[in-house]
Amino acid sequence: MPSAQHVSVRLTVDGQDHELELDPRVSVLDALRDRLAITSVKKGCDHGQCGACTVLVDGRRIVSCLTLAASYDGADVTTAAGLGTADNLGDLQAAFVDRDALQCGYCTPGQICSAAGMFAEAEAGMPSHVTKDVSDLGQVRLTPEEIAERMSGNLCRCGAYCHIREAITDVAKERGQA
Amino acid sequence: MKEFEYVRAATVSDALSMSGVGDTAYLAGGTNLVDHLRLGIKRPDRIVDISRLDLGGVEETADGGLRIGANVPNADLAADPLVRQRYPFVSEALLAGASGQIRAMASTAGNLLQRTRCVYFQDTTTPCNKREPGAGCSAIDGFGKYNAIIGQSDQCVAVHPSDLCLPLAALDAVVHVTGSDGDRKIPFADFHRLPGDDPSHDTNLVPAELITGIEIPPLPWAVRSHYRKVRDRASYAFALVSVAAAIDVSGGQVNDVRLALGGVAHKPHRARTAEDQLRDGPATAEAFEAAIDAELAAAQVGSENAYKIPMLQRTVVAVLQELVEGANR
Repeated sequence: MPSAQHVSVRLTVDGQDHELELDPRVSVLDALRDRLAITSVKKGCDHGQCGACTVLVDGRRIVSCLTLAASYDGADVTTAAGLGTADNLGDLQAAFVDRDALQCGYCTPGQICSAAGMFAEAEAGMPSHVTKDVSDLGQVRLTPEEIAERMSGNLCRCGAYCHIREAITDVAKERGQA
Repeated sequence: MKEFEYVRAATVSDALSMSGVGDTAYLAGGTNLVDHLRLGIKRPDRIVDISRLDLGGVEETADGGLRIGANVPNADLAADPLVRQRYPFVSEALLAGASGQIRAMASTAGNLLQRTRCVYFQDTTTPCNKREPGAGCSAIDGFGKYNAIIGQSDQCVAVHPSDLCLPLAALDAVVHVTGSDGDRKIPFADFHRLPGDDPSHDTNLVPAELITGIEIPPLPWAVRSHYRKVRDRASYAFALVSVAAAIDVSGGQVNDVRLALGGVAHKPHRARTAEDQLRDGPATAEAFEAAIDAELAAAQVGSENAYKIPMLQRTVVAVLQELVEGANR
């Protein structure tokens, strides 16, 4: 059934500006995939439970399925495709390839966006559930335990977890955050 | 998803005037609401987007407590230096909830208003009094592992899912709200409801009333506080049971203690019986065990959720012991 209302929504996606007229029920995820044909973002569970649809909005990781695009008018969205290209991979993308941290690959774009968001959070000193003492405001070290906890919103059903953790650990070492 | 009208509020008074007509829902972080729209649990005629209202910030109050804006994201509240250093269990509770992505989206006020994850409430093909008053309860004689053990009724056995609400209950936080009749402050203990004969209402908010912030009173000894959550997997799952505790001890005696239990009731459960029994008594494992026994004496369990009693007993004793040992180091 067509909806009576349409909402004007501006989104910047991976550096490109878009203007859309959307049914208010459309999520950022569906706007990206179905309206803009940006398929670097994946739809998994559509209920915020799997992390496949993770993108960065204004630098912060979110699950794009649990959104109304209307509410994100003006947002600056980065998908995994915005973090590098096939000819010029970003460091996380290169590490995933080097470590074979992808089997079916469906969850990979969300994993990579989530990892990018996680690095920014660690740099900002944000603690996690496995941080020993939250009252310690010192620097965050991305140990394998911290990486596992901070990436727990992204599910992979292939069992590539160990490789994903190794790939992210490589990048954490390169960036001096391990 | 049912059709709805989308409107965006620029100010709090905007939001109030846009709501209250028909079935209206406020949208902030959206992590629970959008899921409910998709599941068909919530079918509003109008959505009022309050995510851009100027309701941010964590500030110290004149008396040394904190005022937290309704729209502060869970991730930011958990990372706030004042919260981490003065009320560490608030930060720990937030970090035990959801995932990094969801904590970046979810708001402080929305956390208080999130609804039960009772499997029957979430499944619109089954009867549920909370979703549809008078429909019946599928959980009472159904899958009972997650059911409440304190304060449940013959209408509803669902538990409240929030982690954040447990330390807020323990701290006697105050919820600041505004509505058509003006502003009011709701003590945390009076904010959420037990199900009684109307489980469809989780809180004592009136229609269209909007949370503007949360105030936490000063409690200097809450620097010694801890939140522990027991769940089916190591991360990203709701609690089977959880415990928020703060304790003030000296010379092996309990001067004061705050204790709240999760996974047990339709609201965050403040364990006042245990607190009263512990105050001015010995800070020993035996005393902690006796206190939680007294707290749970009135609990009513079925065959599938009886495990919650020993799990709570051991978790409470372990958390309090850990805090006391930390104090002696």
